[in-house]
Amino acid sequence: MTRSTTSGASVRSRARRSRALGRLVFLGPGLTYLIVLLLIPLALLIGFTVFRRGRFGGVVYELTGENFTRLLDPLYLDVVIGSLKLAAIATLIALLVGYPTAYLIAQLPRKWKTIALVAVVLPFWTNFLVRIYAWIVLLSGPGLVNSTLMDLGLIDKPLELLYNQGTIVTGLVYSYLPLMVLPLYAAIEKLDPQLREASANLGAGPVRTFASVTLPLTLPGVFTGCLFVFVPSFGNFIIPELLGGGRSIMVGNLIRDQFLKARDWPFGSTLALALLAVLIVLLLLQAWSARRA
Amino acid sequence: MTAGLALAVSACGGGGADTAAPAASASSAQLNPNADLSKQSLTISVWDGYTPKELAAEVKDKLKTDLKVTLHDTNEAIMAKLTGGADTGLDVAFVSGQYAQALNEAGLLEPLHPELIPNLANLYPEAKELSYDKGNVFSVPYTWGTTGICYRTDLMKTAPTSWNDLLDPPAEAVKKVTMMTTERWLALPAIKALGYSVNTKNDEEIAKVKAKLLEAKPKLLGYDDTTFGDKLKSGEAVMVEAWDGWCPTTEENIKFAVPKEGSDLWVDTMVVLKSSKNKEAAHAFINYILDPKVHGWAAENILYKVPNKAAMDAMNPELKAANAPLQMSPSDLLKGESIIDLGEDSLKFTKLATEVAAQQ
Repeated sequence: MTRSTTSGASVRSRARRSRALGRLVFLGPGLTYLIVLLLIPLALLIGFTVFRRGRFGGVVYELTGENFTRLLDPLYLDVVIGSLKLAAIATLIALLVGYPTAYLIAQLPRKWKTIALVAVVLPFWTNFLVRIYAWIVLLSGPGLVNSTLMDLGLIDKPLELLYNQGTIVTGLVYSYLPLMVLPLYAAIEKLDPQLREASANLGAGPVRTFASVTLPLTLPGVFTGCLFVFVPSFGNFIIPELLGGGRSIMVGNLIRDQFLKARDWPFGSTLALALLAVLIVLLLLQAWSARRA
Repeated sequence: MTAGLALAVSACGGGGADTAAPAASASSAQLNPNADLSKQSLTISVWDGYTPKELAAEVKDKLKTDLKVTLHDTNEAIMAKLTGGADTGLDVAFVSGQYAQALNEAGLLEPLHPELIPNLANLYPEAKELSYDKGNVFSVPYTWGTTGICYRTDLMKTAPTSWNDLLDPPAEAVKKVTMMTTERWLALPAIKALGYSVNTKNDEEIAKVKAKLLEAKPKLLGYDDTTFGDKLKSGEAVMVEAWDGWCPTTEENIKFAVPKEGSDLWVDTMVVLKSSKNKEAAHAFINYILDPKVHGWAAENILYKVPNKAAMDAMNPELKAANAPLQMSPSDLLKGESIIDLGEDSLKFTKLATEVAAQQ
């Protein structure tokens, strides 16, 4: 009995070891990737936040809380609030445009559905910068839109279509709309049509059915879509630079400038950490909403 | 030309002004003038497009030294690399004057051995009087120039003569003006219009500069360091703040003017790193670049003035005639005030640039 127990335990422990080894083999590459490319850089980033900038750039390893107090400087707070505002407006517009689009695609026959979905993803197959520059070609003073309007005699001098906050929002919505449509489509597609029929049978009109059945049941898709648009919009720095003409900055530009212009890695890291904190809160909210649904 | 210029983005920098030229770093080890260069190899860091593509092959041919060319986009990027503390393995770096000054103050540069660079004799005497490094103690100028107003003669009723024309543009130019976005050049027009030094550290002056820049902002098309030449050509802009070599003066109807209040003098330089293990080859490389035929490449291809008299004299006269900024004499250039490194105070300009950009 004793012997057999011992031998059983040893077999079990061998099995455990080999399972652990198997897990390690499968997890290894992924874990290495996470450690090397995420955890170590993140640890460095967090580490930098408590040090000072060197006289010629670089990092001086003397502890200071200065970077965090600087975050509260109204100048940087304004930039963060401005970015939140622009990203929120872009997200809202993307939702208003994306929801009906996703809804329509979900109603299409199977063949057309695939074509429509490919059309939604298609822009991602073209370089991001090229697409942004294309907007400049369209909207600039002598650009296509202005020259067409002038040729048609609708305006006598070019409209100022570029280099303002409206153009930045346009660029953000244009760039990230597919990221709104896809999760919404997935959520709407999953919706059982019978639920809508039941709602109609019980006397609810289309608006009531949408408000009481469709929308609540697709809310996780709405949250995911909003998050997918909001996150890259909030941290974006290329669109404000190119479509905003450098006249506005967002928090992404601020972080880039700290690293590449001011050579202030500690403060740049602190700003990046603050950005990360905002995004983690949003992710937690999204996870919470998904669980509730 | 355009490609070369676009690639050399933010190459421009500036030399020192009235601060005393910093003492050369501690005296360096003796170098052997007869060292066998084929046993040494060189790694340099330079802006893309700023030297000929065949440079490595030519250096191998002439000096017998293997040359590896690495690239940096901006002064800030190479500074981060050089001041990061790690051994970069670099022998020679191309940086703007004020950054050379900062590197020297940080003790990272090898004092030059003029006896190993006989081609220094080709430089204009003015190129040895750059206030950030009088006598070329730790840096050798590669290109130099100034900043001014580049404008369309056909779309402007009167030619701009003052920085105020840019900051407060006439009706036909409102919303058709760009200024630079890199902080020291962003501030330059307002600083000069107010009559201050480009190297001011005075808080009151900087506050006035900020007010002037904010006043100008609504009348601008935008801030642009890279594509202002294209904006001018397309007519989207009629007047832009520009580095002289970037103003497309070969185009009909485009001219460059240095405003009456004066401007800056920027210099891009070559420096030898103290950490270099191939110092003889590094000096031979700089000497090779100063050969009028080699140095002339920069003038003829990126259309930046080079401080090499022999190279400028040998330049194709047609090219010179077609590009007005190339005709500026060294003494005219030296009227510009050199931008120097401001140390900790440089953060004041970073903040200023953020404040101007953040203001809606």
